[in-house]
Amino acid sequence: MSQVNAQRGLSSRQETAPPTGRRQLSDMRIVQLFILPTIILLILMNIFPLIYSLFLSFTNYSVISSDPPVWVGLDNYTHILSDPDFWHNFATTGTYALLSVSLQTIVGFALAMLLRSKFAGSGIITTLVLVPMMLSPIVVAVFWRLIFNPSYGILNPILGFTDINTSPEWLGDPALALWAIVIVDVWQWSPFVMLLCLAGLSAIPEYLYEAAAIDRASVWFQFRRITLPQVMPLLLIAVLFRTIEAFKQFDLVQGLTFGGPGDATETVSVELYRLAFQGQFETGLSSALAYIVLVVIVAISNLYIRALNRLREG
Amino acid sequence: MANVANAPRQKVVISTRVDKVSTGARVTSSVRAAIAVIVALIMLIPVAWMAMTAFKTRPDAVAVPPKVFFEPSFEGFVSLLTSRRQLTNDEIAVYQQRTDLGWADQIALIRGQAITGPSAFPRQLLNSLIISGVSTVFSVGFGVLSAYAFSRFPVPGKDDLLFFILSQRMLPPVVVTIPIFLMYRQVGLHDTHIGMVLLYTAFNLSFSVWLLKGFIDEIPREYEEAAMVDGYTRLQAFRRIVLPQATTGIAATTVFSLIFSWNEYAFALMLTSDAARTAPPSIPLVLGTGGIEWAAIAAGSLAFLIPVVIITFLLRKHLLRGVTFGAIRKG
Repeated sequence: MSQVNAQRGLSSRQETAPPTGRRQLSDMRIVQLFILPTIILLILMNIFPLIYSLFLSFTNYSVISSDPPVWVGLDNYTHILSDPDFWHNFATTGTYALLSVSLQTIVGFALAMLLRSKFAGSGIITTLVLVPMMLSPIVVAVFWRLIFNPSYGILNPILGFTDINTSPEWLGDPALALWAIVIVDVWQWSPFVMLLCLAGLSAIPEYLYEAAAIDRASVWFQFRRITLPQVMPLLLIAVLFRTIEAFKQFDLVQGLTFGGPGDATETVSVELYRLAFQGQFETGLSSALAYIVLVVIVAISNLYIRALNRLREG
Repeated sequence: MANVANAPRQKVVISTRVDKVSTGARVTSSVRAAIAVIVALIMLIPVAWMAMTAFKTRPDAVAVPPKVFFEPSFEGFVSLLTSRRQLTNDEIAVYQQRTDLGWADQIALIRGQAITGPSAFPRQLLNSLIISGVSTVFSVGFGVLSAYAFSRFPVPGKDDLLFFILSQRMLPPVVVTIPIFLMYRQVGLHDTHIGMVLLYTAFNLSFSVWLLKGFIDEIPREYEEAAMVDGYTRLQAFRRIVLPQATTGIAATTVFSLIFSWNEYAFALMLTSDAARTAPPSIPLVLGTGGIEWAAIAAGSLAFLIPVVIITFLLRKHLLRGVTFGAIRKG
C-alpha cells in the first residue's frame, strides 16, 4: 500500500516538477539512511553485548582475574539450576511480582473507578495521583526508607503504632521487608494501572449502560458484564507491563533493603548484580544467570507485545 | 404505530439515567469526589514528608515522635551542597566572633562546622543534566528518522525489527550491563560521559522509535504526496511537512526520554564511579559526619524531583501514550 502511494507520489512529481538539477535521493536510499543510525546503535549496544555475554556464560571468566576465559560448557547453567539459593531468588522475585502486581491492579482499578466521572478539579487530582510513577525509583526508595524507620519514620505513627518497642520494623524484619517493597511499588505504580484503566473506561459507550438500565440490571451486573470486559484489554496490558517490570525489580530493593535482611528480599536482579559486580565478580556465572532471566523476560514480553498488537488492530 | 411504540420507551431511557438526574446520585458523586481528593492527598504524603524533611534541621529530621510542625531551616541544603570540617571548641569561639561569614557558613556553624568547599552533588547533578540532555537529542533525532521510515515505507522484516527494538527495553539493565561493562573497559569508555550518552541513547531509542512512529502514523500521507506533486523532494517534504506536523509528538518524546535518563539508576551505578557519576546513584549515599543526614538526602531528592513533577503536569495529556510506547492514544 505504502509502496504504491510512494511510487504514485514519485511518478507524479517527475511529471510535474520542474527539473531542479539536484541529485535526488531515491526512497529506498532514504529508508536505508534513516534506519541506519538506529540499527548501528542497536548492533553495537545490544546485539554484540548479548552475543558476547552468551559466549561468556559458557566460560568461567571473571573481570577481576587476569586469566582468559576458559570454556566450561553448560557448567554454569547446571550449577544455577541445581543450586537452591537461585531457586530461592526466583521464588522471592515471583512472590514479589505476584503480590505487587495483583495489589496494583486492584488499587489502580479502584482509583480509576473513583476518578472516572469528572468533577471540579478532577483533572488536577488525576495528575497529582500520577506523580509517583514519574519519580526516580531509587529516590522514591530512599525517602520511603525514612518513612519506614521504626523510631523516627511516620508510617508507624500513622498506622497507630506509637510504642517503638512493639511497632513493626518494616525493613529489618525478614517477614515484613518484602511487604515493605511491595507497598512502595504499589504506591508508585498503581497510578500506572489507573491511567490505563481510565483510558479503557472512557472508551465505553454510554449506550451500553443505558441499555442495562432499561433492563433494570444491577450495578454489580453492569460492572461484571460491561465495565470489566470493556476495560480488560487495557488492564491486561497494564498487568503484563508491570509483571515484566516486577521481574526486573532492582532499584527499589537496592534503595530499601539491599536484598536483606539476610536474603529475604534478594530478587534475581539484585543477586545478578552481586554476582557480577561484587565479591568474586563471577562474570561467567552471572552471564548464565542473565541469560536465564532473559529467556523468562522475553517470554513475558512476547505476550505483552502480542496484547499490544491486538489492541492496535482491534 | 411505530412512533407510538417508541415514544414511551425513550422516556424510560431518560428517567432511568439515574446518574444524571436524581439528587441521591448527585450526593453519591460528590462523596466520590471527596474520597478521590482524600486518596490523592494520602498518596502524596510521602512526597510531602520528603519536601518537609528537606527544610528541617538535623535533629528535627530524626525527632521522635516525628515532627509535623518545625522551624524551617536550610541546613539540609547546606549539608548537601558543601563539604565541611568539624571545628574544635576554640575555633568555634573564633568563628563566632567573625562578621564576614555568609549565611551558609552561619548555618554550618550551628553544628560546629566550617565549609571547606562544594560537595560532589552539584557536579553530579550537572552530569545528570549533560548526559540526559545529549542522549535525548540523539535518541529523538535518530528516533524520528527511523520512525518516519518505518511509518511510510515497507522495510524488509519490519515487524521483527520493531519487535526487536522494543524487546531491548524489556531486559533488566543488569543483564545488558555485564557485557557492556567489559566492552567499555576495553575501549576506555567506563565512567565517561560519552559512554553514558551512548548507552542512554541506545536505551531510549527503542522507546522513541515506537512512540514517534505512532505520532507520524497519524499524519496523513496525502500532505507529503501533495507537497511532492508540487515539486518537493521526499526529503524536503519530510523536513517541511512531516516534522512540523509531528512537533507535539517530538516534544512529548523528548520529555519522556529526558525523564527516563534523568531517573536512571542501575546503568549509572554499574558503569560510572566518579567522573561521569550522575545524581541517582549518589543520593542514597549522601552521608554526613555521624550517620545518615536525612535533611541533606531529602534536600537532594527534592532538588532532583521538582523538575520531574513540573514536567508531569506539562505532559499530562501525553502521559498515557508515553507509558504505553504510543500504543494507546486516547485518555
